[in-house]
Amino acid sequence: MSMFESPISGKCAAVIVALAFGVSAAMAADAPHFGQPISPADAAAWDISIGPDGAGLPPGSGTPAQGAVVYAQKCAACHGDKGEGKINARLVGGQITGDGPVVKTVGSYWPYATTLFDFTRRAMPWTAPKSLTDDEVYAVTAHILRLNGIIGDNDVLDAKTLPQVKMPNRDGFIPLFPGKH
Amino acid sequence: MIKSRHRKGANSLERVAGNSLLDRRALLSQGAALAGAMSVGAVGATTGAAAEPLANDAWSLAPGIAIPPYGLPSRFEDKTVRTLTNPKLEPRGSAARTPHHLLNGTITPNGLHFVIARGGFPDIDPDKHKLLIHGRVKQPMTFTLEALLRYPMVSRVSFIECGGNSAPLYAKEPIQANVQALHGLVSCAEWTGVKLSTLFDEVGIDPEAKWFVAEGADAPTMHRSIPVSKAIDDAMIALYQNGERINPSNGYPMRLLLPGYEGNMNVKWLRRIKVVDGPIMAQNETMSYTILLPTGKAWQFFYPQEVKSFISYPSPGMTMKGPGFYEISGLSWSGNGRISKVEVSADGGKSWALAALQTPVLSKALTRFRMPWNWDGSPAVLLSRATDEAGNVQPSRAAFLAERGQPRTSPPVTAFPMEHCNVISSWAVSTKGEVTNVYV
Repeated sequence: MSMFESPISGKCAAVIVALAFGVSAAMAADAPHFGQPISPADAAAWDISIGPDGAGLPPGSGTPAQGAVVYAQKCAACHGDKGEGKINARLVGGQITGDGPVVKTVGSYWPYATTLFDFTRRAMPWTAPKSLTDDEVYAVTAHILRLNGIIGDNDVLDAKTLPQVKMPNRDGFIPLFPGKH
Repeated sequence: MIKSRHRKGANSLERVAGNSLLDRRALLSQGAALAGAMSVGAVGATTGAAAEPLANDAWSLAPGIAIPPYGLPSRFEDKTVRTLTNPKLEPRGSAARTPHHLLNGTITPNGLHFVIARGGFPDIDPDKHKLLIHGRVKQPMTFTLEALLRYPMVSRVSFIECGGNSAPLYAKEPIQANVQALHGLVSCAEWTGVKLSTLFDEVGIDPEAKWFVAEGADAPTMHRSIPVSKAIDDAMIALYQNGERINPSNGYPMRLLLPGYEGNMNVKWLRRIKVVDGPIMAQNETMSYTILLPTGKAWQFFYPQEVKSFISYPSPGMTMKGPGFYEISGLSWSGNGRISKVEVSADGGKSWALAALQTPVLSKALTRFRMPWNWDGSPAVLLSRATDEAGNVQPSRAAFLAERGQPRTSPPVTAFPMEHCNVISSWAVSTKGEVTNVYV
């Protein structure tokens, strides 16, 4: 304990030693613990994550025809009547290969249909995000996939069928993590 | 070729590369030599007519203005502002760019820090805001701001750079715009907050977990998947920006800081972290922030912002006032660590000289470089090339395009789709002193 000798007085040294022992002996117990435990049920309203395997998809369903109605009312003003893009992103058609300009859309680029459901539910419509019902989100998702020729007129999207939709560019990505970086 | 020889005691400064770049040491320890050399070498460009007699101005003759509770820049600095792509908040994203041509040093003032936002900034009441951490943890918890303020904190200076910064340099023809438009989506601040690893210990993260999702409280509820390894390494729940609470447009009351990683991952207005089995494939990691290659395949999860630099003075849009001494100055950074050197060329890359690095040179922070130059009035092309401590060297535009592919579109300067463009910038100086963006 030579480090606690002069110029620190004996009394001070004792306090420092006590502190040092306290910290080392009870590190875990002395963690702050200022978080408040919460149950999954109480966290449900925020737990909107949806995995590419469909984990987290809610109950409900929708068809392209149902989605066309919602789309016309709440989406077309920004994305165009047929998803051709307007003030905001084009959703239909496009291409990423060849000599022409790159046009990334749901049809030409997005690898997972679950992403379309998730993004629509959390972020759209721009002026009132999270205002669509889950049925409406399934339906709009179905309509956009139908416009891209990825599903048929009579297909129904729900928690089971949506993750099974094979997107045209599903295998178009090379993950750099972990790996190159 | 790099020349950095230096003769001690020389009366005149050594030209260390073509077009009269001077030894960087002149800036550090040879002030007298610099002054002496310039008075001879610059043919009297700045030592012509004598100064006018001095008189007292009005502000020296009467009391000034009451000191305000929160000080704002001088009214004469009203041009030092961000440029906005969506000032009326139309239903689309917004970008606000940092005016690097009007700043010096390395710290970005909070009101000038760049912003990308999908839906404006949320007006968050800090007393109601909560951070939820759940998923693969022993005990899901929420943390109020008041609670987080009681945890041990750390500070670090870190740049944040949008993955789309510098994308205009990908354009087919050099776009004539200033560095604010070309490179204004990078900024640097001192961030203070709680290490994310501390909070992961609190909730008991599954030791096998490899990924988490971070999500904002903004209207689009922006989210990204992030490797747990980054949380263990140096991630922070930032609560303060340059000493004060985080600016509202940069994430108030809390944001995720992932030093060196793509800006979009540094989730602002952070309200939720979920430890998950694998990447969630968010819109911003599939549709956006992926890099399409000539093969038709796209890179995904491109995380560290790679080594980069640009000269902010002189830079496009400026006009130099005749031959003579100039200090070339600019910014360099790397998401992979410290900057180890910056080289400058004044002859379009034929010859290079080492620039002085302003200390302290911090890991994953903006680093200012300076290079003395005696411009003789002839055409010049100024370049800067940074190297980081991992040995990564900023690529030429030609080398970059050879890997990434030639541009196939020419959108407006603020709407360029390419991500992670870190090519060398080239500024031409004409005989009239006009500075323009060129490709070499």
